[in-house]
Amino acid sequence: MSKQKRIAGNVANYVDERTGAAAWLKKNLTKVFPDHWSFMLGEVALYSFIILLLSGTFLTFWFDPSQNEVIYHGAYAPLDGIPMTAAYQSTLHISFDVRGGLLMRQIHHWAALLFMVAIVAHLLRVFFTGAFRKPREFNWLIGVGLLTLGIVEGFLGYSLPDDLLSGTGIRIAEAIIQAIPVVGSYLAFFAFGGPFPGHVFISRIYTVHVLLIPGIILALITIHLMLVWYQKHTQYPGPGRTEKNVVGYPLMPVYMAKAGGFFFIVFGVTAFLGAVASINPIWLYGPYTPGQISAGSQPDWYMGWLDGLVRMAPPLETHAFGHTISWNILIPGLIIPGILFTGMALYPFIESWMTGDKREHHLLDRPRNNPNRTALGAMSLSFMFISLINGGNDIIATHFHLTINEIMWFTRIGLFVVPPIVFVITKRICFSLQLADRNLVLHGRETGRLVMLPHGEFVEVHEPISPEKAYTLTQHEQVPALALPDEDSNGVRNPGGLKRKIRARASQANAEQIPAVTASELHELEGGHH
Amino acid sequence: MANEIEKIKDPGLPAHKHRKADLDPKAADRAERQVSVLFLLSGAGTALFIFAFLFVKTDTFVYLPILGTTNAHQLFLGLGMAASLFFIGMGMVHWAKTLMSDTEVIAERHEFRSSDEDRQSFVDTVKEQASTAGLGRRKLIKRSLGFAGLLAALPGVLILRDLGPLPRKALNKTNWDKGVRLVTDPGYRPIKASDLEVGAVAQVLPELPEGTERTLENIGTDAVLLIRIRPEEFQLNAERLSWTHEGIIAFSKICSHMGCAVALYEQQTKHLLCPCHQSTFDVTRAAKVIFGPAARPLPQLAITVDAEGYLVAQAPFNEPIGPSFWERSS
Ligand code: HEM
Ligand code: FES
Repeated sequence: MSKQKRIAGNVANYVDERTGAAAWLKKNLTKVFPDHWSFMLGEVALYSFIILLLSGTFLTFWFDPSQNEVIYHGAYAPLDGIPMTAAYQSTLHISFDVRGGLLMRQIHHWAALLFMVAIVAHLLRVFFTGAFRKPREFNWLIGVGLLTLGIVEGFLGYSLPDDLLSGTGIRIAEAIIQAIPVVGSYLAFFAFGGPFPGHVFISRIYTVHVLLIPGIILALITIHLMLVWYQKHTQYPGPGRTEKNVVGYPLMPVYMAKAGGFFFIVFGVTAFLGAVASINPIWLYGPYTPGQISAGSQPDWYMGWLDGLVRMAPPLETHAFGHTISWNILIPGLIIPGILFTGMALYPFIESWMTGDKREHHLLDRPRNNPNRTALGAMSLSFMFISLINGGNDIIATHFHLTINEIMWFTRIGLFVVPPIVFVITKRICFSLQLADRNLVLHGRETGRLVMLPHGEFVEVHEPISPEKAYTLTQHEQVPALALPDEDSNGVRNPGGLKRKIRARASQANAEQIPAVTASELHELEGGHH
Repeated sequence: MANEIEKIKDPGLPAHKHRKADLDPKAADRAERQVSVLFLLSGAGTALFIFAFLFVKTDTFVYLPILGTTNAHQLFLGLGMAASLFFIGMGMVHWAKTLMSDTEVIAERHEFRSSDEDRQSFVDTVKEQASTAGLGRRKLIKRSLGFAGLLAALPGVLILRDLGPLPRKALNKTNWDKGVRLVTDPGYRPIKASDLEVGAVAQVLPELPEGTERTLENIGTDAVLLIRIRPEEFQLNAERLSWTHEGIIAFSKICSHMGCAVALYEQQTKHLLCPCHQSTFDVTRAAKVIFGPAARPLPQLAITVDAEGYLVAQAPFNEPIGPSFWERSS
């Protein structure tokens, strides 16, 4: 023990004399992290990214990003003698000849799916708990950037093997580029080095996939984590937790051990999936040729909503003055995603404009306590979900014995009808949960025990809840609507015009709440009991 | 806020509850043993990995329930790796949860806003620096700098110019032309009308001059589907009817929506279906779109037979094939 300590001391001394790190470390090794399962979602995203870096680097050792034509003579007999690109051939080689190659390919692909699931789940956690509020707006923006880059990175990744399925995806991407007004065909020719499919696209996206985007993602993750570190983590409300403190475990050793252990668990689970669950068996699809297609072409799930929107788009094109504008591609492929992602990125600013709230927030909201935000989130989710349904319309049709036509009309109409309904219902649900909280605080928990009153009536015994619980259920702020008068001090009607009206309306909607139990209400009630 | 005083009071952080292992040394020893068992399981996983890597051949297959026939080499490698990693993780987490201190700690937060003095002195510094540089007074410098800055972005775009050729008329061109024979794909054999029965479909390509290599770009523009139905089933105008031959009609196989191969032909309904977004085209009505997001019919290729009875094109396509683009005029 003493020897260990001496060595540790020497190392620490050596490092500190050269960096002055001790002062910084002293402060930061005891950094406090609050604990909650939902705080691990971001961690899963981080760990799956590390797994992607490791497994991806392994794949680069054999993958040949070239579209030169070769004739296959490898371990997979059914494709023997077939012409294909070197990219496809090398992916077959990884899958059948390199020991552990298929495992690594499958781990890489599963980790990519997990990465996207974790990012989306993490984003939802942040959204529904209001963790994006001041001072954390930058991290929200970085998160939206990471999500976008993840989608692009994943798409480029599964385009690399140059099999029939991925080539079809590239073909569609090319059509979207080509549809951009004025410059579309130029952009497409520059990207593909001439007419589709050309000979350069795979090698170009390879550089982007293994260097450019991972580099940017890594930089963004670094900033993201530095901000979390510096701003300290948010925490859920509860006894002893305030806007001015963080309650949790110190970084060293508990948090580190848990987080480190969790990394291995995530890696282990991904390896398990890679071992038993086949994914993207490119040898079954065959090499890409523009004249063929594999039935049931499906993109990875995080692209599915886009595909669903494209599938349900009405067949609209404008032909005028010798030019063509393909609304059927531009609207679902660029315009709607553009609006959705911009809206998502700007949401923290929109909300603070609506509520007029410019203060810092470190205590999270329970989703029910912000019914308007929660309903907006549920509404957007339902939009995505309906698009996603249509992205799998062929699969759903065969499973549920529906026609593609029925599903298309259901989703076309649903896209406009369902989100508002979801908004209203979610808001109602939030109100009833708030009401339930209120009743719980006022009347206590139902025990299920019945007692008979003297006159023969049965009543259930209620047990009062603990002061901790009562505090947790009532601590949230209920901000009143902004006072935005119709008339300003000079008697001008409707100052600020439409903008003021929208803001007044939105702030009203945000302020709708079931009043939380106050101390005096509770007091009165208790007084009545005794 | 007015009702702040009315809020139910914060009772403060509840007293720390000790775990079994904190109080009972026996429980702590038990936890220690559990942790080591987890670490040992990880070791066993690693052993499985090494065994599979060295001794299970890459082409060994085993049958397993649910999974079906699976490559044993990669399965055992994967299971070994999964166990090796997973149990290290479980061990660490269990250790942290049972034996490391779980007393909650409270840390104070500080506000992010800098102090007013700091902010003021920052503003002053910036102002002073700006005035030393003369940014405020020297308008000409500011404007010409903006101008040069914008201009300097241009080379960044221009330098990418050689990524590819200009499209020019390339998107309007295919290898189909008057008199070019239709050849089978695969095989590249010329075909006669009698080779195709009623109800049949075939993929064809234009015959290329001897010695020309057929590229994927060619296939991406030239691929054509031949379909033979009974001639009386056509509902075509006179011109389009004259583009068919004895019930054989030819369409570009490249979807007019986003360019996928329109590969599915339904004999009963005489519909062509594109699997990408399910655009459906009616063969009897010159590939009119009857369902889906495609906005235009598949371009029809005018065909006839040459002196030897082989199918040939009457003319090139009269419109660009494939997805739309800005310069497309119809
Ligand atoms: C956020 C990060 C990443 C995502 C979402 C992602 C996603 C993907 C996906 C879905 C594939 C297709 C795999 C298949 O089924 O064959 C792929 C292929 C590939 N990725 Fe990544 N990847 C990421 C990062 C990386 C990194 C950092 C590298 C290398 C340093 C890399 C190297 C490769 C290579 C070489 C291939 C093609 C090999 C093959 O498919 O067998 N990837 N990627
Ligand atoms: S590409 Fe054919 S329907 Fe979209």
